[in-house]
Amino acid sequence: MTATDTEVRARTAIGHDAPRVDAVAKVTGAGQFAGDLKLHGMAYGRLLRSPYAHARIVGIDTNRAAALPGVIAVMTGDDVPAADPYYGHALKDRPILAIDRVRFAGEPVVAVAAEDPAIADEAVTLIDIIYEEMPTAVTIAAALADDAPHLHDVVNVRAGLFHGLGEIHLEPGNVCYHHAFARGDMDAVFAAADVVIAGEYTFPAVYQYSLEPHTTIAQWTGADDLTVWSSCQHPFLVRAELADLYALPVGAVRVVVPYLGGGFGSKSYTKMEPITSALARVAGRPVRIANSIDEAMVTTRRHGMKAFMRTAATRDGRLLAREVRAWFDTGAYADNGPRVVATGADAAPGPYRWEAVRVDAWGVYTNTSPAGSYRAFGASHLQWCGELQVDEIGRRCGLDALQMRERNLLSRGESVRPGGKPLDADLIGDIRKVAASLNWESPKPAGIVGRGMSVGLLAAGAHPVSTAAVRMEADGGVVLLVSSTEVGQGARTVFGQIVAEELALPLDRVRVLGGDTRVTPYDRSTGASRSTTIAGLAVQRAAADVRAQILAIGARLFDLPETALEIRAASVWHEGESVPYRDVLKAHFGMVGGELIGHGEVRPEKGSGSYAEGPVFWEVCIGGAEVVVDPETGRVTVTKAVSVADVGKAINPRLVEAQEMGGAMQGIGNALHEEMLFDETGTLLNATLYEYHVPTIADMPHTFASNIVENEDGPGPYGAKGVGEGALAGVAAAIATALADAGVIIDELPATPERVWRALRMHDDRNDEDSTGSAANERATGGAASWG
Amino acid sequence: MPPEKVAPLMTLETTVNGRPVSLPIEPRAILLDVLRDRLDLTGTKRSCDSQVCGACTVLLDGTPVSACCTLAYEAGGREIETIEGLAGPNGLHPIQQAFVDTDAIQCGFCTPGFVLTTKALLAENPRPTRAAIEDYLGGNLCRCTGYWNILDAVEDAAEKLAAVSPHPQPPLPSSRERGLNGPRLSGPRGPS
Ligand code: FES
Ligand code: FES
Repeated sequence: MTATDTEVRARTAIGHDAPRVDAVAKVTGAGQFAGDLKLHGMAYGRLLRSPYAHARIVGIDTNRAAALPGVIAVMTGDDVPAADPYYGHALKDRPILAIDRVRFAGEPVVAVAAEDPAIADEAVTLIDIIYEEMPTAVTIAAALADDAPHLHDVVNVRAGLFHGLGEIHLEPGNVCYHHAFARGDMDAVFAAADVVIAGEYTFPAVYQYSLEPHTTIAQWTGADDLTVWSSCQHPFLVRAELADLYALPVGAVRVVVPYLGGGFGSKSYTKMEPITSALARVAGRPVRIANSIDEAMVTTRRHGMKAFMRTAATRDGRLLAREVRAWFDTGAYADNGPRVVATGADAAPGPYRWEAVRVDAWGVYTNTSPAGSYRAFGASHLQWCGELQVDEIGRRCGLDALQMRERNLLSRGESVRPGGKPLDADLIGDIRKVAASLNWESPKPAGIVGRGMSVGLLAAGAHPVSTAAVRMEADGGVVLLVSSTEVGQGARTVFGQIVAEELALPLDRVRVLGGDTRVTPYDRSTGASRSTTIAGLAVQRAAADVRAQILAIGARLFDLPETALEIRAASVWHEGESVPYRDVLKAHFGMVGGELIGHGEVRPEKGSGSYAEGPVFWEVCIGGAEVVVDPETGRVTVTKAVSVADVGKAINPRLVEAQEMGGAMQGIGNALHEEMLFDETGTLLNATLYEYHVPTIADMPHTFASNIVENEDGPGPYGAKGVGEGALAGVAAAIATALADAGVIIDELPATPERVWRALRMHDDRNDEDSTGSAANERATGGAASWG
Repeated sequence: MPPEKVAPLMTLETTVNGRPVSLPIEPRAILLDVLRDRLDLTGTKRSCDSQVCGACTVLLDGTPVSACCTLAYEAGGREIETIEGLAGPNGLHPIQQAFVDTDAIQCGFCTPGFVLTTKALLAENPRPTRAAIEDYLGGNLCRCTGYWNILDAVEDAAEKLAAVSPHPQPPLPSSRERGLNGPRLSGPRGPS
């Protein structure tokens, strides 16, 4: 035995700030990302992208490019060697390279592979394309207009492999998905309500900005074996789509995932893998395509949104009904739009007790870059609108934000939506923590200062299928095979801790490999805060399987029943006597060698695990903020940011806190700075990080408080449930409510200095009107408010 | 269009992480490409490619520069230090250890740039105030951490270094301008 019992426990127990297992690799530059890999014979791909948002491709002349020395292949939409040239996990609406027509500025039209990147760069300048411009629909309003050009034949669009959202029935037009639900007698409740608040809201498209742009290397071995190294979050879903595109068995496609330089949803599902694999096939060589930042920005983004919302309440602040209509701008291709629309619609009522609810949400095609997943999607879109209305009702009923939420929030076990999982968290307890962190009752500092809180729920976990394998080697150490992507969240560390805990090993005896679909077992995806909860449970079960095998062998060695044995400090024990694992394996295999393999699986426990029956758990999106507004400039300073991580059990509290700090900072960026601006031609105006402001150190809140709540009420290992998205939605919405508390009523994010400045002027005007007795209510939260 | 005249190769004589390097390069070669593709020093990362994010930060004679916007020939006759040069035979450099100990790393893509920027800061100012740290690191982006632990890492690094050498070197003459080194290139990597 090399370590004492206490040492092992101190180093391996879950609930402990174990150092990240990937820290040394990353701090020395040794950790490899997709762009750091080089294959023998690898060529460099470059894409020529459309300058037009909507145009017919009349002709493409690639002769001069093809003739350039060092060019290996030039591929157009007609040359794509796939069985199915269209992809899309939700809707198969997207050509691998543009076919006949481009639908957004930045759409890949021609791909070139060359001996080195400079030659590829030069080659794309030698390609001549004749376009014929077509009418565009750049905004949601334009796309929904009667005379709008139709981007797709939606009536005949095919469902992708992972649509998973039921039947789609669409009328001709630009709507690619519609999600609606209603319960209760909406009209009657609104008609009888004492207070009705209504407003229209605008929510911006934003860029996820993972520092590492999408990077993919593809290599064919013969015509029926494809390996892809890619910065992707969901290797198994990429594998399935590639196999589908090339009509190959899934086993013929291998997807390997190195470290990811951030994802935040930008690397979910397929992105650059179809183009890269097609180009590699045409080139007959391994090919790498590495996006630059401006290319990454038009590869995927968050959905912009327009919404109408109204909320009814009684005079004493009891919420009654909410109606929501929201239009999500999914850009030229659906990408993950349907799921974002469904999740956003689901979250739109907020976690309150309603007599009636009606929600309609649409995904709308526009001639802009495609929108997909971004951290906290669904929750972030409508939480801020709903929370603004709850606070406004409170102001009219003489209740503060905390009182409103104490009065109206759902309790544990209550239904969030019919047929779905009941609430599995203590929201009132959580929101009181926010209040405490904000010193809610204390007088506010001088100046234009606001305090706000917000609470929402996010359907988390995605489809609950994960598997894992634990191999115990002859020396008693362990290799863990699990396919969740290490995107920075610390998945490998948490998994290592779980194995260490289950097998009583020090963490440094557990190696956690990255995903490789030919080696590591199936995991549906890395996102929706699911890895610790679902993959973690599979890991725990795999480790428990090995533990059972060790104990079974130990029982033979000791000639005792298994129940008389225990494992501690990498050994099997009976009272004072112990046998180290390596000797257990040696006894089992007869000599040094052999391994014990444990298997762990998670799948839907009842039903199909479908979206309607879900979610796996409700992720609590909760936050608080205190802001100071400069009346001269409209500039907003976040003096306090607060988050609550309702995680069930923190397997590594420091990693939980790290998720909260990072998520909160993105929430600040989303609320105050970030916005992708498309001009009327569909061109992205701020396509560099000079013009698109990602929060820097200067934008940090003055103080940050994260509260970790551990009620051991999650479905994951040790009662854990996921974390990582809630702080973004919670803090962003809390900034909006804090601004309203300061008298700055915002109906469009981000709250830029100009918008804040204008809102302040409006506030002053309103106060003037108030003093003369005019109907100030008409202006509340975004325009049309009225007493019912 | 007549083929562009290919400029003759030149020889880059420089020192990388203490080792002399002599390499034929094109005059237009970017330092980041030379480090990553020619010398296989891939710890230096490319993100914005336009001197905004700091992921590509290396030290040139101790001064942090953005390798994505520095011509390789500018490094001629100078000392280049990359993230690979920090750890010694006895393990991590104290600054690296500080980043590990404070959990200032998530995806790690920004980490090499932050570590090297920190090294330059602490060489100039061994005991920086929080405000001085925030100012000096203001040109490095991190999307994962929210920066809190990175600020802690720098303070921890200052303490660790002070413990190693209780009499720190006098600050380097600060004649440099942060963030502005080589010319910006409107090179082949711009928007297409
Ligand atoms: S890559 Fe961003 S500054 Fe060089
Ligand atoms: S750790 Fe991911 S960008 Fe800083």
